[in-house]
Amino acid sequence: MNRFIGFVKKEFHHIFRDSQTMLILFGMPIAQILIFGYIVSNEINDVKIGIYDKSQDHITHEITNKITASGFFILHENLNSEKEIEKAFKRGIIREVIVFEPNFAEKLERDGTAGIQIIADASDVNTANIVSNYTKAIINSYVKNELFTQGLPFEIIPEVRMLYNDELKGVYMFVPGTMALILMLVSAMMTSISIAREKELGTMEILLVSPLKPLPIVIGKVIPYMALSFVNAIVIIALSYFVFEMPIQGSLIFLLAETLLFIFMALSLGILISTVSNNQMVAMFISMFALLLPTILLSGFIFPIENMPKILQWISSIMPARYFIVIVKNIMIKGSGIGVIWKETLILVGMTIFFLGMSIKKFKVRLE
Amino acid sequence: MQNQSNYIVEVTDLKKSYEKVDAVKGVSFSVSKGELFGLIGPDGAGKTSIFRILTTLMFPTDGQVSVLDFDVIKDYKKIRSNIGYMPQRFSLYQDLSVEENLAFFARIFGTTIEENYDLIKDIYVQIEPFKDRLAGKLSGGMKQKLALCCALIHSPDVLILDEPTTGVDAVSRKEFWEMLIRLKDKGITILVSTPYMDEANLCDRVALIQNGEIMSIDTPEKVIENFGRKLWAVKSDKIYQLIKDLKSLEFVDTVFPFGEFLHITLKTEDLNQDELISILTENNHKGIQIQVIEANIEDCFMQLMSTSE
Repeated sequence: MNRFIGFVKKEFHHIFRDSQTMLILFGMPIAQILIFGYIVSNEINDVKIGIYDKSQDHITHEITNKITASGFFILHENLNSEKEIEKAFKRGIIREVIVFEPNFAEKLERDGTAGIQIIADASDVNTANIVSNYTKAIINSYVKNELFTQGLPFEIIPEVRMLYNDELKGVYMFVPGTMALILMLVSAMMTSISIAREKELGTMEILLVSPLKPLPIVIGKVIPYMALSFVNAIVIIALSYFVFEMPIQGSLIFLLAETLLFIFMALSLGILISTVSNNQMVAMFISMFALLLPTILLSGFIFPIENMPKILQWISSIMPARYFIVIVKNIMIKGSGIGVIWKETLILVGMTIFFLGMSIKKFKVRLE
Repeated sequence: MQNQSNYIVEVTDLKKSYEKVDAVKGVSFSVSKGELFGLIGPDGAGKTSIFRILTTLMFPTDGQVSVLDFDVIKDYKKIRSNIGYMPQRFSLYQDLSVEENLAFFARIFGTTIEENYDLIKDIYVQIEPFKDRLAGKLSGGMKQKLALCCALIHSPDVLILDEPTTGVDAVSRKEFWEMLIRLKDKGITILVSTPYMDEANLCDRVALIQNGEIMSIDTPEKVIENFGRKLWAVKSDKIYQLIKDLKSLEFVDTVFPFGEFLHITLKTEDLNQDELISILTENNHKGIQIQVIEANIEDCFMQLMSTSE
C-alpha cells in the first residue's frame, strides 16, 4: 500500500509540474464551451414525426401526405391524445409532432383560416429549428399551390412550439457534447500519453523490474486522472449552470454517477491505447484520430446522427460519447431517470468491461 | 530450477531473434559472485538484448539463462526483486527532484533512503548538494550517479548496468568506475556493458562481443596477452595518404587509425623499423614516427573482428 501511495504521489507531481498538462486539464473546458457556442446549421432527412389529427378530414390528410411525401419526414406514429405527445417525445424516437385542430377543413372553408401546431423536440436545437422550418415551408407551399389555385383566399397558420428548450439555447446542445469531448480527452489521451511516456523514457523498464505489480502501476496512473476529470466535469456543469443558465432537471447525483461511469470507460480506453503504443507520439496520434475526431464528428455532438449516411451511423454506434451525450441530455434537459436511459448506461458499462479486459490481456510484464 | 552452482549469472547458448535480425546468436558466459563483468562491444552488438533477457524484460528465443539460480522465464518475479537495473536510456523522472526520485524508487522497492543509506552514501554525498534540483536539470554525469543510487537503493545482489557511461564526460566516467569498483568490494556482483574499450581494463573479466557473438571471454590481461603479435604505431604528416599507402603494401596485414597514430600489424616478422621507414620515405612521407607498442583491448577487439569476418 505504501508503494502504491508513493506511486500515486509521483503521478500528481508529474501533472502539477507540467504547465502544458495543467493547461489542457483546466484551460480546455472553459475554452471548449466558448468555442462550441457557435454551432453551424445542417440539413435534415428522414426525421421521424408523429401526427395528432383531431380533424381527420380530406385537407388534413392531404397535408399529411404532402409532408410524408417530401422525403424529409417519416410518419412514425399517429397519436390520439395530448398525453400521448409527451410520451412519444420521451421515448426519444420522434423529433416533431404535428397537431391539426378539430374541424380543420370546415373551419378553413367557413372562416378562411385554420391552425396547425408544430411541436418540436428542442433538446437538440439545430434539428428542432430546421425540422419546424421545413414543416412550415411544406404547409405554406401547399396553401399557395393547391388552395390558392382553386381561387380560395385560405390561410393556414402554423404555430410552432419548442418542447424542453423553448428558448432555443444552443448551449443546451453543446454542453453534453463538450463534456463528452473533454472527459474523453483528459481521461483517455492523458492517461495513454502518461503511460507511453514511461515507456519512452525507459522508466517503465525499472517499474517492471521493481516489485510493483502491473495492476497497481496502471491503477496508480489512472487515479489522478480520474480525480481531475471528475473535477473537470463539475467545472463544466457549474459553468453551464451558472453562466449559460442551463437547467439540471434530473438528479445531480445521478448525473455525476453517469459521468463517473463515462470517465471510467475513457480511462480504460486510454490504458488500452497505451498498451499498443510505445511512445508518446503514437499514443497521441491514436487518441487524436481514433478518439477525438470521431467523438466530435460522429457522436451526434455537432451533426445529427439520423442525417448521416448509413455506414457512418453504424460507426457512430460504437462511439461511447454518443451514448453519454444522450444520457446527459436526458438527465439535464428532460429530467429523465434510469428508466429511460438504462440502455445507454448498460452500453457504457459493457464498453468499460470490454476495454478493461482487453488492456489487462494486452498489458505486458515484459518489453515484448 | 535450483541447480546448485557457484555462478550468479549463467547463460548457455543464448539466442535472440527479432523479426528481421538475429541480435544474439548463441552466447554463453557465466559470472561468479562478487565479480565485475564487462560486456564490451560496439552499438548493435547485442549487449542491450542480453541485459534485457537477464533482467527478465524479454524472452530468450533459445538457450538457458539463469540469474541467482532462478530461471528468467519461470521465476522472473524472484529475479526482479533481487536485481538492480539501470537501462541504457534511463533518464529518471525529469520533473522530479533528485531527492524525490530517490525516495520514489526506495518506496516502490519497499524500502527507505535511510535503510540503505550506507550503500549509496559514497555516491549520494556527491549529488546531495543538488537534492532539490529537478533531475532534468542535472548534468549527464550527475544523472548517472543518481540513476546508480536509484538502482542500488534496495540493496540488490546483482547490479546490471547497460552502458552507464555513454554520453558522460571523461572525468565523470572515471569517477563512475571508481564507484563501481567500491561497490564490487562490498560484494555486489556487477554486470556492465560499454562501447568504450578503455573501460575494459577496469573489469575483472570481459566478454568482447560483436554482431551477437562473443569473440573472447577472459581477464583484460589475458585478452591482451592473446594478441600475440607485434604491433606497430605509425605516424606521418599525411595521415590519410599513409593509410592508403600502408593498405596497398603487400606485407601489411591490418591498419586501424588510433588517435593520431595508425596501429598496424604485418604478415611477416622479418621486417624491422628502419626497413619500414625507408619504404615509407620512398612513398614521399615526411615526419615518420614508428615504434613497436603493446596492444590494448581495442587492438584485440579489432583483430578479433577482422579474423571473424
